Amino acid sequence: MSTQPQQQSSSSQPIAFVSAQALRARMHDAVNNPHLRQSFRGAMDFLMAKRAAQFPDQDELDSLRALSEGIRQYSLSRLPDLLEQLEANLTRNGVKVHWAETPDEANAIMLDIARRHSAKLIVKGKSMVSEEIEFNHAMEAAGVGALESDMGEYIVQLAGEKPSHIIMPAIHQTKQQIAKLFAEKIPGVDYTDNVDALIRIGRNVLRDKFESADIGLSGVNFAVAETGTLCLVENEGNGRMCTTVPKVHIAITGIEKIVEKLEHVAPLYSILTRSATGQAVSTYFNMISGPRKAGDKDGPEEVHLVLLDNGRSQAYADEQLRKTLQCIRCGACMNHCPVYTRIGGHAYGTTYPGPIGKIISPHMMGLEQTHLLPTASSLCGACGEVCPVKIPIPELLIRLRGEANSAPHAHPAMVGQGAAYDPKISFVWRMWARLYGRPATYRAFSWLATRFRALTPRKQSGWTVARTPLQPAPRRLRDMLKDRR
Amino acid sequence: MSARDRILAKLRATQPAAPNALPDLDAHYTPRVRGETKAERLARFRNGIEGFHAEVHISSEADWPALLARLCADKNVATILYGADTPAGQRLDQAAFPATTLRPWTGQVEDLKADLFHRVDAGFTQTRGAIAETGTLMLWSSEAEPRTLSLVPPIHFALLDAATIQPTFFDVLRTENWAAGLPTNALLISGPSKTADIQQTLAYGAHGPKELVVIVINAEGDAQ
Repeated sequence: MSTQPQQQSSSSQPIAFVSAQALRARMHDAVNNPHLRQSFRGAMDFLMAKRAAQFPDQDELDSLRALSEGIRQYSLSRLPDLLEQLEANLTRNGVKVHWAETPDEANAIMLDIARRHSAKLIVKGKSMVSEEIEFNHAMEAAGVGALESDMGEYIVQLAGEKPSHIIMPAIHQTKQQIAKLFAEKIPGVDYTDNVDALIRIGRNVLRDKFESADIGLSGVNFAVAETGTLCLVENEGNGRMCTTVPKVHIAITGIEKIVEKLEHVAPLYSILTRSATGQAVSTYFNMISGPRKAGDKDGPEEVHLVLLDNGRSQAYADEQLRKTLQCIRCGACMNHCPVYTRIGGHAYGTTYPGPIGKIISPHMMGLEQTHLLPTASSLCGACGEVCPVKIPIPELLIRLRGEANSAPHAHPAMVGQGAAYDPKISFVWRMWARLYGRPATYRAFSWLATRFRALTPRKQSGWTVARTPLQPAPRRLRDMLKDRR
Repeated sequence: MSARDRILAKLRATQPAAPNALPDLDAHYTPRVRGETKAERLARFRNGIEGFHAEVHISSEADWPALLARLCADKNVATILYGADTPAGQRLDQAAFPATTLRPWTGQVEDLKADLFHRVDAGFTQTRGAIAETGTLMLWSSEAEPRTLSLVPPIHFALLDAATIQPTFFDVLRTENWAAGLPTNALLISGPSKTADIQQTLAYGAHGPKELVVIVINAEGDAQ
């Protein structure tokens, strides 16, 4: 396995993002780990083929992508109004709505709910936002158990790891590793690498937990403003268990996962499952519009929704960066990313790996810690091509590189602007722009450069770390062309 | 200022001056409408849901309780839980199940949680309809048919009237106007629960039912 990101003791840090050197070291380790390479290569090839099979009709795909992009952009253009509408309708339905600006605030809200119910165990459906705020860590620090129930998340939690993919959290583990893990960590379980048997073991362990848990936690795929409905997409049934069986259900989501009309979820749901895992539809689409009502025989007695900002409003403020928030978290960008496929999800060190992680993490954590992420890309464009809501990911990567490398200024678009600013490099580029922007100066410069090429320095800052030094050619192209005529 | 007010203020301050145009869903869906007969819709639904490992049996209004009894016997279902206060439930109240105890749901889930998790072998529900495009059942939870009926027991038997199969989810939302009033829990179900979280190997019976059995009432009588 690749080196794991170290857990930090402070819960205010969404995930331990270590220094640039550590990112490079992790990437180096990952690239040199043949097992990891094989796991990801195989899994990504499989997912790419499955997605492709779901879209045999290019016209339908184009039309559906344009529609999905339109819905997401429309929703974002009315985001504050829709959030208020959602809150009003959820409240009318009997759901308690909470707002949190930071991970700490979100955890405090949920811990408070847990304490009011003297909760000992919270059973969790899959939620990347809960990963983003280090929910499990915060609960455990306060003495409340938080147990993952999605099979992949359960495996990852048992192994003391983080998800390496937003849809398939345990994609980096082989069945033999999981078999060993289960035999070691689950009492009374013998080694078996039969997948059906392994799933049966997980099912049996977790059934008891669904039955006994005090609180169920879930994420949200789409929140519908006009009806006050929380929609959850899943295959395993653990999401339904978490939101149905315990007396309290807490849902947590980013403020951007909202649509106005119920009919808007139809195209988004269709393109989500097809883009994510190449399924025409998931096993369950669970639409929750409130707690148990008088007369109902089951369902939670309390439902809470926590709306989390955590940097999203920063992305929202800029027209170009706002497109980041169109994301419906399908993971197609990572499945098609040549960098992700080679280094896996853990090397990034952030909750969200791959292309979407590179463009969303800087808003959550600041560019100071994340400015290298947008550079971990060849800008091949695959992520933008497959994105179901047409987020221009390569453009955003270039924008973020610019934000990180430009001189710090008074009204930055994001926290950490200028974090990678280097006056020396900046000077070189300024000189380059001046020379290349003026033909007369450029001619003079190139004339001098070819004459004095022997004086070129051998060490050229960052360039020569991994490359041979640049040296002007003995003759200019323009001179060579002159000879030809 | 509360977190709510601060978040909303930040968004308001930077919100686009004019909202984008409302997306035109009809432009995508209308040209893709299929002129399908009921039989074609049923065939498409069946093909879809069987692809997700559900079992489909075609029956009739008169015969389905006997078919359910036979299927329960075949699958060694000792106890089947159902909602009594529904048209289908009333039929079951009068049916003879030679090998299976018919247990109507009574009381709150807390009263029968242990049985539900450990002793009930199957749950039976009606359905609101189905979606041909994806092979999907639609269930609305109700006082008579609580949501755990289709979730906790290892086998879920679902009764579907072929006349209620619609082409797409979008058609359902539009023609039935779900936005006008949803139950506390509305569900789309496409097959038994499953997972591919271990090495992309598909396994059925993750946390929900291991088997989904659909009994279709086909009124035109083309039962096979």
